[in-house]
Amino acid sequence: MAARPGLALNGITKSFGGLTVVDNVSFEISAGARMALIGPNGAGKTSLFNLISGVYPIDTGSIVLEGAAIEEMPPRLRVRAGLARSFQNIRLMPHLSVVENVMLGQHVLADSFGQMFGPLAWRRNSRWRQLAEASLRDAGIDVDPDSDVSTLSYGVRKRIEVVRALMSRPRLLMLDEPAAGLNPRETAELSAFLKSIAREGLTLLVVEHDMSFVHDLCERTVVLNFGRLIYEGPTRGVQDDEEVRAAYLGSRRVAVKGAHFAP
Amino acid sequence: MSGYASGILAILCINLIFAYGIFVPAAAGQINLGGAGFQAIGAYSAGWLSSVAMLPVWLTIPAAMLITGLIGFLISFPVLRTRGVYMVLATFAFGEAVAGFLLRTQFFGGAIGMVVPAHVEISVLVCSAVAVTLLAFYLMATRFGLAMRSINDDEAATVLMGVNVRAVQVAAFTIGGAFAGLSGALYALNFSFVEAQYFNSLLSIYVLLFVLIGGVQTAWGPLIGTLVFTLLPEFMRIGGSWRYVVFGAAIVLLMMVRPQGIVTRAMIDQLSPRRWALRRTAVGALHGR
Repeated sequence: MAARPGLALNGITKSFGGLTVVDNVSFEISAGARMALIGPNGAGKTSLFNLISGVYPIDTGSIVLEGAAIEEMPPRLRVRAGLARSFQNIRLMPHLSVVENVMLGQHVLADSFGQMFGPLAWRRNSRWRQLAEASLRDAGIDVDPDSDVSTLSYGVRKRIEVVRALMSRPRLLMLDEPAAGLNPRETAELSAFLKSIAREGLTLLVVEHDMSFVHDLCERTVVLNFGRLIYEGPTRGVQDDEEVRAAYLGSRRVAVKGAHFAP
Repeated sequence: MSGYASGILAILCINLIFAYGIFVPAAAGQINLGGAGFQAIGAYSAGWLSSVAMLPVWLTIPAAMLITGLIGFLISFPVLRTRGVYMVLATFAFGEAVAGFLLRTQFFGGAIGMVVPAHVEISVLVCSAVAVTLLAFYLMATRFGLAMRSINDDEAATVLMGVNVRAVQVAAFTIGGAFAGLSGALYALNFSFVEAQYFNSLLSIYVLLFVLIGGVQTAWGPLIGTLVFTLLPEFMRIGGSWRYVVFGAAIVLLMMVRPQGIVTRAMIDQLSPRRWALRRTAVGALHGR
């Protein structure tokens, strides 16, 4: 029996003016699977993330998260439906402390009137704060929870963003270049950490350029080029695919085309 | 207490409540340059309710807060469609419209103003200021406060955390309106007279300065900003007209050295007793104790 899809994209298309940034993209990720999304710069990877998380509406197609169509939902309701993401450029709130940033990630679990207006910061032992601090520790982030995020290293902030995204207890976690800027040890730790959380049934979609990280983490890969899906299959086969190689390195055909325009 | 001292204390209390009325939306990233308009609505509501409708003071004040809060709620919808400098202009226009309306409406006394027969003592002002200050501190310590601060930092990313940004901003604007209305009601009932000319754009600018220079990251900001900018000009009276020059220079200087406001969250954290304890432990460890 085929596994129930954690995320299914059916014919997603998005144009800005005359430019089609995502062109009829369809693929599925089984629930609990780890999928990589790669492609050259400008291929539409972050645009696809923005469409799935609802930053922009899609033109056509459908987005199904664990059986529920979410493409009509505003972004905040997609979070409630089980979607969480990180950002290519770290988007931690610069004037919130580490633990406040993480507690912000808990919002959809605690936005009843009583929770919204109950004392949160006045009780250092509130269960929300304890949960946030425990999650930071579990992710191996050993920093003062009250420190300013702006004082921390890039790698640490990158990992705090992953922890924040996990706080809403998502069903689908989308990470935009989580390993960029991390040193080899941090990258290995992040990979082990992501495997450990994915074991609990979390579906993972990761944009990443670090191919050894991708090979280590993701069984399957999709490749985008100029907004079109050009490869979907096992990660180990991606580097042997003719079209993928052409997209990254340029093909003979493209070279001939270029020569055509040469004087 | 001398008349001078109690006059200063009354203005201090009113300014503080007013500043928190501007602070609450500002903490959620909304700059309100129409503060005087909200204060005027509170003042005229209290004046009319006590002099014409003959309501007792204990009913007048909450009613004035309710009216101003409701107007804040209604006005937040068009205002929240604007961003940045356009929001500043929209709220400024609102403040001017309110003052213009009151000045031209004979029903509210027009340019002559309105005499308010009811009176509240300074103790009521002090208690109200303390209550509003505590409420603002509490609000900032809730998840609602966390959401407000997050919106101020990065609105687009806050949406993707699942926060209903619009609802938080509307609530902040409404609470801010109610606080500004309270300050107006207390002004009317303490000074026993209101006139539209008092609620001018300079007042809106001053109270916004208290808040922005004090800092919008924590509830300490408006407290420090209001204390400094209400008391400083009084202490400088001996300097004659030069005090305006010093005042202006102080504002520019503060904006240069503390662009995030006098008080920031990081500063409060550094000054917390927990930090001092940690530092003592660290120093002790360095000295092998």
